[in-house]
Amino acid sequence: MISFAALVSRDLHIATRAGGSVLLAISFFAATTALFPLGIGINPSFLFRMAAGVVWVAAVFACLLSLDRLFEADYEDGSLDLLALGPLSLEGVALAKIVSHWLTSGLPLTLVSPLLALLFRLPQAASVALAISLLVGTPAVSAIGAIGAALTISVRRGGLILPLIVLPLLTPVVIFGTGAVLATLDGMSNGALPLLAAFSLASVLLAPFATAAALRLHLAA
Amino acid sequence: MFELANPKRFMDVSGIALPWLAASAAVLIAVALGLGLFLSPPDYQQGDTVRIMFVHVPAAWIAMMAYGLMAAASIVGLVNRHPLADLAAKSAAPLGALFTALALITGSLWGKPMWGAFWVWDARLTSFLILFFLYLGYIALWNAIEDDVRAARAAAVLALVGAVDVVIVKFSVDWWNTLHQGESIFRSSGPLIAPVFLWPLLLMAFGYTFLFLTLWLVRIRTEILTRRCRTLLARETAR
Amino acid sequence: MTQFFAMGGYAAFVWPAYGVSFAGLAIAIGLTWRSYAKAKALMGKLEKGGDS
Repeated sequence: MISFAALVSRDLHIATRAGGSVLLAISFFAATTALFPLGIGINPSFLFRMAAGVVWVAAVFACLLSLDRLFEADYEDGSLDLLALGPLSLEGVALAKIVSHWLTSGLPLTLVSPLLALLFRLPQAASVALAISLLVGTPAVSAIGAIGAALTISVRRGGLILPLIVLPLLTPVVIFGTGAVLATLDGMSNGALPLLAAFSLASVLLAPFATAAALRLHLAA
Repeated sequence: MFELANPKRFMDVSGIALPWLAASAAVLIAVALGLGLFLSPPDYQQGDTVRIMFVHVPAAWIAMMAYGLMAAASIVGLVNRHPLADLAAKSAAPLGALFTALALITGSLWGKPMWGAFWVWDARLTSFLILFFLYLGYIALWNAIEDDVRAARAAAVLALVGAVDVVIVKFSVDWWNTLHQGESIFRSSGPLIAPVFLWPLLLMAFGYTFLFLTLWLVRIRTEILTRRCRTLLARETAR
Repeated sequence: MTQFFAMGGYAAFVWPAYGVSFAGLAIAIGLTWRSYAKAKALMGKLEKGGDS
């Protein structure tokens, strides 16, 4: 357990210092989201209906940004081999990485999302629903993204393959995530949030196994 | 079954089977074409567009079958570590991608006269689109990793994760469509299949299956030969 | 005959559907056959010019 916390806090330190990925993710998220109304149209009666989709897609992209470095640094300097030999199982290492990734991407984005909801004139209840859906859904993005990151370690142009692999797998997250917001806008519950929670939970529980399997391919091979 | 796993055995057996598979494919497709284009009447509701079904549905079935074979081969490759399984999975992917693309294109062409749009976001078409991207990602991963064994294992993991995911995608889009009544009315399964339509459909499906098997076996043979060549070349340069 | 080609007015959809399908299959067959033939040729060369 001690090793798990140590791993998470080390990654958090790396990500939050100057040049770290947290500010990058937030800036990218905000800039992308702000661009959409300019491209699609700023008619207010129409704007708030596209908010959920736009914010969700931008959030997924922002989370993808830091994924290809998730294991690279440790792989390159040999830390990954050391971690594999350590007291924490490789599945535990994978879970620690997923947690630290979410803490430095999904969570900050969730906290920033109400501000962006203002850009779309989203009603307050829907804005809350959006934040909740991001809170529940972004762990799945980190989990499934970690599988993709582990599969593409040391691949040249791995940065391009990673989204191609991960985005189709994330389709249900975006569908249920935006569905949760639409339930509030339409005023009737549609079961999106429980489905999203189920998918997220399943992803976080199962992804460490697939990630560890992928990591083993690259260890001292 | 596992005797086939020996590459030499595989080459021998596939060499014998291939002419039969290829010939069967050609005959079945030709007969299906004749029945579908010439001998079956236009449908009461859809008119002559029903004939598109004879190339659309078989392509869709093969697209799914190819992924199933790819996933099964991936499991065998991961569990038994058999190189032939890895080659089988690798060889199935481009064919699967092709049939998925054919299914999507013919589906669009069928959709326009039927539902008025080239694309509708119903569960089947959407999951086929995702399936297409899964195939592309799988092929890209194989091409990106240089070590053959690593590439095979990584691709196998991806294939299995994708298999679980595409089922969930279909479910989630279905669920989405129940919220938006408009699109969910559209059923891409087409008309109730009367026998006069069933024959060309089934014959074409079998023809496509045999064609897929033919191409699949040839691709596996090509992979085996390529690897042998590489080994021979390595031995030559080592001298 | 022209009625056959007109496909009840849906010719613009039916014929491209069949056309794309068979073009796609033909390309697949062609490419598959070509890489197999190349591999076989290379194999033949290596076995002849190679060791014994």
